[in-house]
Amino acid sequence: MSSNHTLPPSAVDPQVAEREERRWTPARIIIWAAIALLGGVAWAILAFSRGETINAIWFVFAAVCTYLVAYRFYSKFIERKVAKPDDTRATPGESINNGRDFVPTDRRVLFGHHFAAIAGAGPLVGPVLAAQMGYLPGTIWIIVGVVLAGAVQDYLVLFFSMRRGGRSLGQMAREELGLIGGTAALLATLAIMIIIVAILALVVVNALGESAWGVYSVALTIPIALFMGVYLRFIRPGKVLEVSVIGFALLMFAIISGRWIAESAWGAEFFHLERTTIAWAIIIYGFIAAVLPVWLLLAPRDYLSTFMKIGVIALLAVAIIVVRPEIDVPAVSEFASRADGPVVSGSLFPFLFVTIACGALSGFHALISSGTTPKLVQKERQTRFIGYGGMLMESFVAIMALVAAISIDRGIYFAMNASAAATGGTVETAVQFVNSLGLAGVHLEPHMLTELAANVGEESVVSRTGGAPTLAVGIATIMHQWFGGAAMMGFWYHFAIMFEALFILTAVDAGTRVARFMLQDTIGNVIPKFKDTSWRPGAWVCTAIMVAGWGYILILGVTDPLGGINTFFPLFGISNQLLAAIALAIVMTIMAKRGNFKYLWVVILPLAFAVVVTFVASWQKIFSADTKVGYFANHNAYREALANGETSLGSTEGVEAMEAVVRNTGVQGWLSVIFLLLAIIVVTAAVVATIRARISGSDESTEDPYVASKIYAPQGIISTPAEKELEAQWDAYYAATGTSRESAGH
Amino acid sequence: MGIAQRLRQVKKFMDGVLGADKYDRYLAHHRANHPGTAPMNEREFWKDYSAWQESNPQGRCC
Repeated sequence: MSSNHTLPPSAVDPQVAEREERRWTPARIIIWAAIALLGGVAWAILAFSRGETINAIWFVFAAVCTYLVAYRFYSKFIERKVAKPDDTRATPGESINNGRDFVPTDRRVLFGHHFAAIAGAGPLVGPVLAAQMGYLPGTIWIIVGVVLAGAVQDYLVLFFSMRRGGRSLGQMAREELGLIGGTAALLATLAIMIIIVAILALVVVNALGESAWGVYSVALTIPIALFMGVYLRFIRPGKVLEVSVIGFALLMFAIISGRWIAESAWGAEFFHLERTTIAWAIIIYGFIAAVLPVWLLLAPRDYLSTFMKIGVIALLAVAIIVVRPEIDVPAVSEFASRADGPVVSGSLFPFLFVTIACGALSGFHALISSGTTPKLVQKERQTRFIGYGGMLMESFVAIMALVAAISIDRGIYFAMNASAAATGGTVETAVQFVNSLGLAGVHLEPHMLTELAANVGEESVVSRTGGAPTLAVGIATIMHQWFGGAAMMGFWYHFAIMFEALFILTAVDAGTRVARFMLQDTIGNVIPKFKDTSWRPGAWVCTAIMVAGWGYILILGVTDPLGGINTFFPLFGISNQLLAAIALAIVMTIMAKRGNFKYLWVVILPLAFAVVVTFVASWQKIFSADTKVGYFANHNAYREALANGETSLGSTEGVEAMEAVVRNTGVQGWLSVIFLLLAIIVVTAAVVATIRARISGSDESTEDPYVASKIYAPQGIISTPAEKELEAQWDAYYAATGTSRESAGH
Repeated sequence: MGIAQRLRQVKKFMDGVLGADKYDRYLAHHRANHPGTAPMNEREFWKDYSAWQESNPQGRCC
């Protein structure tokens, strides 16, 4: 390297940047006024239209305009007052740069990478279930929640983890909260991962149960992934995009040929599986996938899933804008204020906020925002774009899922999403049940259900709970209007099922592996041999424990006489939000130790909300006397009935089923108790640490020491004049010295 | 911008998101940090990378 060229500055002069941001040219004022106006109009239409249909495009406008304003103003405010990034400081990616996990990565690529890691089936399922309360509560929570809570959490966890060499949430908890708080956070994370994998697997089982087409095409993804793995390992190493395109083509073939299978007599019989059988298959698959070499199944499946994720979400956005479906679901439905909704029970507060977890506020993201992504960040200022911006994108996915769910007939929606215990499982009884709900404007006819089932290539659409089938019907309803007509509905339906199953199965094997490593690390504190993750017996034992954990809950969910997903889903939401509370509590502690009390409210606001919502929800689930809501209330009611020698209660027939309810509600209740206790410990530890910092004025910092940065890159998508000028200086420097940003090493 | 150039950009982006450009980046990293030593070839690199992945699982979200 030539030494007579001096390195250009590694950051735009803060004063210049400040001046650029604060300069309001007429063009800028007009653009932002237009965005604000359009957003305002869209919100007004969503909020005040009653009794008529409403076009789905207004959801898109309300969401996108709000995101733009929030990103430009609120996230900038957080950057300035809370994060305070310093681009002259090298990120761990730059300073450690090992060519493996610590690699400074182009911000646009990292945005896609981070988004692919955080987005999955969660934001697709929650909004579908919450649609029973009408479209408005869900829309407000998804959009306002992400702006004030979800994106704030993702951004700040990413930023603070980046300042700490990309340390994981668990490690940060241990450092900031001490031994007790840290251990509780670790245990809570483990328990929550088990629950989340179990409920996601339950969603897949419900989507594939008694569906020959679905079972066949999803099962085919396993040989496709194995083929891709072998191809990448032995035939053409490193040709990832190529093999993903081949895999995608095979996937399309799997979906198309599924119709032939489902329509043939032998195929319909061979692939028609009971839900318990599918559950066992997923449990066995989960174990095998987690112990097989990563290159064989996990990595290729992940490529396929990422490829589909980016493609399908872009496709869906375009389709909604092109088709612009008319929505006739009421803004706020009858079930918003009642506790007896057939899809999810409990009233709007707090259950809306736990039903829609991902998409508005997802604690699970804190596990990605710490650990994986921070090691790849190139420049500190880019964390706003990646962390805050990435979460806004996920929120948009949730809005699209909501739009898809409410674009189908409401009668069909309730027939699909009420448990079989309520609908009776047949077309006739389902029609009777839905019409007896007495919902305004809802009149279901048997032919509506049979026609839909025939169109999407399923035997029946009654009580296909879990959200995924409803979303698939919604996507098929939108997509077939744009492309292919009614003949293509079956394809689109199974396309949607396939991509949800793909996300979920990826999350199942990745989740099992991550949980296994966490467990090995924990057990390793007692039996040191377990710390060695390449020790096969240890790996097998810990994988088996984790799979047994989520597999047990999965089987309970599948065989639950009360409908499984309807009773288990709140646990998913509550645990995810409790993890968010834990993550935010850690962020609060870090801010307090930095001495930033003036703007602590930025974190206290979402933290307090998450704590109130999850504590009230847990409280009701544990202590409510209403059997529709309280796990123990139901538990005791069934127990009493059994003790009195009764053989049926409500819609539950037979002693065996009643015993199952007693057992399941017991498990659900105690899980709620455990989550709640762990979260109380963590939040209390954080509050104590915060108050202590306030009193003693602690300036202890767990940040890594300052290392000067020797690279530069702009902070977002659109570069400012000063950023462009500095980039040009760097380009000239690299040209003159014959080097590149990629080759800058330490 | 021409269509071909846009397509190249999309490919570059997808390569980055999927992690397909890892080997190229490793080569750049190797040249800068270990000059004079031979880098791994593509096959060896990916073998080495999966061995590393084996002990460093990456989470996937819900």
